[in-house]
Formats: sequence, C-alpha cells, structure tokens
Amino acid sequence: MEPTGLVVERAARAKPTWRDLRHRWDTRYAPYAYIAPYFLLFSVFGLFPLLYTAWVSLQDRNLLDGDAATFIGVDNYVRLLTADPYFWNAMGNTLSLWLLTTVPQILFALGIAQLLNRRLRGRTFFRMGVLLPNITSVAAVTIIFAQLFGRDFGLVNWVLELFDAGRVDWQAGTASSHTAIAAMVVWRWTGYHALIFLASMQAIPSSVYEAARLDGANSWQQFWRITVPMLRPQIIFSTVIATAGNMRLLAEPLLFNPGTAASTGGSDRQFQTAALYLYEQGFGKFDFGYASAIAWLLLIATVLITGLSYLAARRIRTD
Amino acid sequence: MTSVLERPAPAATPPRGRRKRAVRLPGPWTYAALIAVLAGSAFPVYWSLVVSSQTPDKVDSVPPVLVPGGHLFDNLARVFDESDFALAMWNSVVVSGTITVSVVFFSTLAGFAFAKLRFRGRSALMLLVVATQAVPTELGVIPLYMMMSDFGWAGEIHAVIVPGLVTAFGVFFMRQYFERAVPDELLEAGRVDGCSSIRLYWHVVLPAARPAAAVLGLFTFMQAWNDFFWPLVVLTPENPTVQTALSTLASGYTTDYTLVLTAATIGTLPVLAVFILFGRQIVGGIMQGALKG
Repeated sequence: MEPTGLVVERAARAKPTWRDLRHRWDTRYAPYAYIAPYFLLFSVFGLFPLLYTAWVSLQDRNLLDGDAATFIGVDNYVRLLTADPYFWNAMGNTLSLWLLTTVPQILFALGIAQLLNRRLRGRTFFRMGVLLPNITSVAAVTIIFAQLFGRDFGLVNWVLELFDAGRVDWQAGTASSHTAIAAMVVWRWTGYHALIFLASMQAIPSSVYEAARLDGANSWQQFWRITVPMLRPQIIFSTVIATAGNMRLLAEPLLFNPGTAASTGGSDRQFQTAALYLYEQGFGKFDFGYASAIAWLLLIATVLITGLSYLAARRIRTD
Repeated sequence: MTSVLERPAPAATPPRGRRKRAVRLPGPWTYAALIAVLAGSAFPVYWSLVVSSQTPDKVDSVPPVLVPGGHLFDNLARVFDESDFALAMWNSVVVSGTITVSVVFFSTLAGFAFAKLRFRGRSALMLLVVATQAVPTELGVIPLYMMMSDFGWAGEIHAVIVPGLVTAFGVFFMRQYFERAVPDELLEAGRVDGCSSIRLYWHVVLPAARPAAAVLGLFTFMQAWNDFFWPLVVLTPENPTVQTALSTLASGYTTDYTLVLTAATIGTLPVLAVFILFGRQIVGGIMQGALKG
C-alpha cells in the first residue's frame, strides 16, 4: 500500500493534471466553504451584537438624540444597581417567576412521563397530546390565558366562584399575576420536558424495578429511589434549559396586560420582568445605553442562576 | 458511477432506548389521569375556538358559554377587514418558509463537512458551534436593531429573515445525524469515481439526510412562525408578522376578545396542521433528545 501511494503521489507531483489540482483544492478548501455561511451569518447577526451590547452599555446613547453617543463608563451600571428601584423590582419578579415556573415544570413533567411510561393504547396520541401546548405560539397562548384569567368574565374566576372561593383580580396583585403568568409557561413547556424524561425512563431496565420490588419497595419508593436518580442527566438538562428560558420571560408579561402601558408589566410594575424592563428602556424610551446595561446584568444573573440550578439538580441522590 | 450514486445505502437507524423496559400495565386510573392531562393541554386551544365563534356580548357574560357558536365566519371576516392580518399571514409564510429552507440547506452543508470531511481546525470549530448554542443572542437586540436601521431594513421582513438564516442547533443536529447515517465507504466509492465533494453532498448526502432534514425543517418552521420578541422590536404595526399582529390587536383600549382570539386561532392553524401531519416525527425527535427548545 505504502509504496504504491508514494508512486502515485510522485507521479502526481511530476505532472499535476487539472483534475488532480481540482481534487486537491476540493479536499483542502471546500470544507471551509461549506461551514463558512454558518460562521459568517452567526458572527454578524448573533455574536457581534451580543458583544457590542457591552460597548453600548458603557455609553449614554439615546436613539432620539440623533445617535449622539457619549462614553460614560460604568455609570449605567451604577445607576441600575444603586439608584433604580424599578430594576430591582424587575429582577425580583424575574426570580419569583423563575422559581414558580421551573420547579413545577420539572415535577409535573416527571409525573406525566411516569404516566406515559406504560404499555398504553394510543401511545402516539397521548404523546402528541402532551406536546400540543409546546407548538402553540407564546403570543396566542398569552392572549388566550389573559382572557381566561380576566377579572369580570374570565373562566378561571367563574370556576372559583362555583366553589365559593371568590373572584381574584389576577393582574392586580403580585402573587396572583405571577401565578397566572407561571401557569402559561408551565402549561406550554411541561409536555416537552415530559417527553425528554420519558425517553430515558424507557431505557431503565425492568430488572432494576423487579429487584426493588423483591426488596419490598412500593411504587412511590421505586419512583423516588430508582426512576428519579436514573433520570439525573435529563433532569439537569431540563433544569438548565428551563432556567435559561424562564429568566428571559418577556412576551408573557407584555401581553398579559395588553394596552398602553404594557411594557411596565402592570400598573405597579407588579409583573415586569428584567427582559421586559430592557424592552421598556430600549424600545419605549430609546435609552439604548441603559437597556444594554440591563441586558448584561440579566445575562450575568442568568449565568449565576443557571449555575446554581445546575448544582441543585446535581444533588439528586444516585444510589 | 451513477449506479452507486442513485442508490444511497439505507440510512442506519440511530440506536433507540433498550427495548426491555419497566413495563407496567396501565389501569383505568392511568387513562383517567392522562385524559385529564390531555384535556388540560387542549383546553386553551379549544377555548380560543369557542370564543372565536361567539359574538362579543356572549363572551362577556356570566356564566360563560362553553361550546362553539355560529359566528366563526363573521369573526374571520372582521379580522381580515379590520386589520392587516392577510399581510401578516403572508409575511409569516415568507419569513418561516425562507428561514426553514435556508436553515436546512446550510445545516446539512455544514453538518456534512463536520461529519465527513477532514480539515484543519475541524474539532475546534465544531466546539465553537456547540458553545454558541448556549449563547442567548436575543440579549443583543439593541445593537442588532441599530445594525438593521443602518442597513435601512428596520420595518422590513428581511430584518427578521436574515438573522434566522442559520442556527447552531441545526448544524449540530445534522452533524450528529450524518456521523451515523452516511457510511464512509459510500463516500469513498464516490470519490474513487471522481466525484467532487459538492456532488457527493448533492447526490449522496442530501438524499440520505431526508428524514433528519424533515424533522429539522418542521421544528425550524414552527420556531420561526412562533417567534415574537425580535419581530416585535424590528417590525412596525403596518408590516407585521402574525405574532406581532396579534399583539397589536390585543393592545387596543378595550380588547375585543372574539376578534383577537379568532386571529390567534388562525395564526395557530398552520403549526397545528404541521403538527397533526408530522406530530409523530416531532415527538420522535424530542424523545431522541435531539430537539432543543
């Protein structure tokens, strides 16, 4: 093999035909041409804007001032962190909504996956059913839920009255509005996570459960001592994905209270998230510098919270 | 040569979860619980259909009506008369269609290079693709908006299309697929016959990619159709996509929910149709852990 290869190569070097040249170019450079569109487009429209946000955040830059930008260092950050109660309010709401969405999402998804992990008739039907919410658009869902959670004619309040529980003005309070918004997010994403869990549940060998049953473990114990620990990698994945998404909620709070002051997230900013505050400052007040600083603080907060939830999810006991 | 190229080897099916599983026969309670979950999943969609087929005064009544009425077509006509919804639908079709074709094309091309071609820096570049999957690019909206204004694209649907033309996820997804599904021997045979890599891509790789490309395409279409934040920022109410038109409709002084939810229903129909036709493949894609939200 070796000598022939050398001979061929020498022959090629001696008299490179057009065909050899083309082949050499093809194997050496064509791969770069194939991956170039991705890297080009992503760098220009994905990565560059994100990095440039850092530069804009150090400026006093208002779209309405004819793009006159002045470098002001970390002033935007200082103002946000020390003199802007609305920012802290938005961060608090973000954290509250993150907790109210992420934890129920994972728990419900585990329960639904457990139900689906049986020899069901019409498996595909059930699986598609639980995924249905995930394919709907966030705008449509939020508007539908806003109607369902309406104060006067909403279905939720009507049901509450049937049970003599009294009406709730869902948008008015902090706790009630967070509950309603969390319901939308949980509704939309639980099925997706359930399917991810289901896939791994199906890979757990039944002998493990049989052994546990012989040891006298009931199904509740089997679920917490075997299923959940064995799903640890998927639970970590889902927690991280859900956290990254839920820290950036914007459409839900924006459309929950459609109207002239939508970007404040309620009359008292009771459900204004950090992403919505970014939107208000950037595209309501055109304060691009300030909005960019919010973007970076939100990014940092997201990384921190994602890291923390990763650590928390990793603590699931493995036997 | 052609005989080789015309019959690409059947794609190796990716390994599934072990067949032996914790089998528990479902009792009536399991079905009852699942049907309750399903009812909860479907209810908001059903409800939007109920409201969109009623008159406004019926919707604002206690107790609420729970079954569809007969005014769906009146409301449909009103949506198209009273708003730019036809334009919004057309824009969404163009945006989602273009993005889907482009993502599938560039992802299969780059995925092929990463999976089957040898070149310097390949693993480092692939690592970069994987890393960029985690980058929350929507936090870069401010400079992105400034760029689009500079290009004179603000308010135009190009501004929505161009940033969506490639995704890190698509490249990663196709690479994973090609590594298993396209045998190296097949490509070598093509090489021996003097095929250039672009012809290999076109005649061997792309046909073999069909099942995975379909899943990627479906998923991309749905995401592009449902995208809200960036179109909201860069488009004007005069030139909307379906999602931004919905937000405009919902933000009047008083919200006419029959009108808005009729629009929401229409706007959901395309993805619902795709889902009913290809739900099995989409579910399969998620269950293989392949599709990321």
